[in-house]
Amino acid sequence: MDAYIKEAIIKGIWETIQMTTFSALFAYVVGLPLGVILYVTAKDHLFENKAVNAVVGFVINIGRSLPFLILLVLLIPFTRLVVGSSIGTTASIVPLTVGAIPIVARMVESSLNEVPSGIIEAARSMGAGPLFIIFHFILPEATPSLLLGGAINVATVLGYSAMAGVIGGGGLGAIALQYGYYRYEKQVLWVTVALLVIMVMLIQEAGVGLSKKVRRA
Amino acid sequence: MAEEKTKVYELSHVTKIYENEGKKFTALKDVSLSVYEGEIFGIIGMSGAGKSTLVRTLNRLEEINEGTVSFYNDIIGDLKQKDLRKIRQSIAMIFQSFNLLNQKTVLENVALPLKIAGVSRAKRREKALEMLQVVGLEDKKDSYPARLSGGQKQRVAIARALAADPKVLLCDEATSALDPKITEEILELLQTINKTRNLTVIIITHEMSVVEKICDRVAIIDNGVVAEVGEVSEVFTNPKSDAAKRLVLPGQDEKNINPYDCSNQGAKVVRIVFDGFSAKEPVISTLVEDTGLKVNILSANTKSVGGKGYGQMIVELPKGEKEQETVLDFFEQRGIQILEVSA
Repeated sequence: MDAYIKEAIIKGIWETIQMTTFSALFAYVVGLPLGVILYVTAKDHLFENKAVNAVVGFVINIGRSLPFLILLVLLIPFTRLVVGSSIGTTASIVPLTVGAIPIVARMVESSLNEVPSGIIEAARSMGAGPLFIIFHFILPEATPSLLLGGAINVATVLGYSAMAGVIGGGGLGAIALQYGYYRYEKQVLWVTVALLVIMVMLIQEAGVGLSKKVRRA
Repeated sequence: MAEEKTKVYELSHVTKIYENEGKKFTALKDVSLSVYEGEIFGIIGMSGAGKSTLVRTLNRLEEINEGTVSFYNDIIGDLKQKDLRKIRQSIAMIFQSFNLLNQKTVLENVALPLKIAGVSRAKRREKALEMLQVVGLEDKKDSYPARLSGGQKQRVAIARALAADPKVLLCDEATSALDPKITEEILELLQTINKTRNLTVIIITHEMSVVEKICDRVAIIDNGVVAEVGEVSEVFTNPKSDAAKRLVLPGQDEKNINPYDCSNQGAKVVRIVFDGFSAKEPVISTLVEDTGLKVNILSANTKSVGGKGYGQMIVELPKGEKEQETVLDFFEQRGIQILEVSA
């Protein structure tokens, strides 16, 4: 393999890590509260609210049903508005974040749903207010499950980041596309694929390990 | 005696209706009862009778449709959310499934009500340790609930319930998930706490033995209605309602109260109840000696109710109206209650 390709791959690894980390982080900043809203506004929950639950749920479902590639294209004007450009690593973070938010929200909602209702009943019987219940009962009890879900979400974002290469994003996906697909350099294709697989495995292992470490039951 | 005591709870005409997809279900119907300070009050009923709903109206985990629930001088249903939360801090509750937080240590669990009450960290720790001492688990303070047995979990739950110095403790089937030996230990602990801290305890259960062992008074709930309320010894020796009879005489419903066949057609079967005093006397032997008449004992048992020994016997009387009258007179003279179960 040529030296410049090796260099490109190393740069690609770094870009992929950057894109995945920031996109996942931003997606959680928005998706975690959205997941909590979905959970608490559901029927028989702390802030039961049919309208809010239906609207948020609807928007999230639309976001989840759009193929990511289509979302990438649709978001080009928005990406330009936010970062001033629609190509490159930084620009890819915008659609990646938007694409991951609904996935994160649903994953968070399902983790919170695993908390036994008896815990919430006990909290209410102690005189805890709804916010206290969310922060001191529900979220701590759901932490191991949230971490497991987190690993799945980060791995998904990593997969999406490879797709961002199609519209001029950076990272390993772009390299696989440029060298492997357009130039038909099979070796490069396989190396990048192998690297992506290894990265997903590392993320998954880290998530499971972390979840196990904090799980007390 | 009841009139002189302070009322902790007064329920009057409480009705709760659940509505599910247009179908109405009345879980509680016109329930009125009072609980007094310092007593252990039992609420017993079959599953689905409405007792779990009833206990949840006491801290307004369930809203009611009609009637009022008063806790000391407050009408629970009229309280604003903020005041309701404040008052819930003096109404502690323990559950069948313990409901401890798995992700927090025993000590952190016990300290939770104090955190809600805004107590400082150092004081929380001190009080939580004191409560763990009360339930005998101070050595488990840094363990997580998953490592405890069922009995230990319920002890932690009791410590947690006591942490904020409540005025009343609600127990929702608190021993139903525990084996008989552990149940006994938990009941003894509840009794000790009731005496030493003068804490009013309200116990929801479907187990007769729980009420027998520690309750002072009992309400029997049947189909959302209070079938009977009274001193445990009174209700147990002289159950008036069908629901009470079903509970006191297990396996004998009102249609077929005597599970044994009479040896003679047309014989009369009665249930006689001894109180603490006459149980010591060899009544049946005396009867045979004095009158020369024999009764056939079909079933007999004694139990300790509220610390006194009680016994009851189902006996078949001899044939002949005159002989039957002689036997019944004999029992009456000795102050033994006679309850006819079949003619």
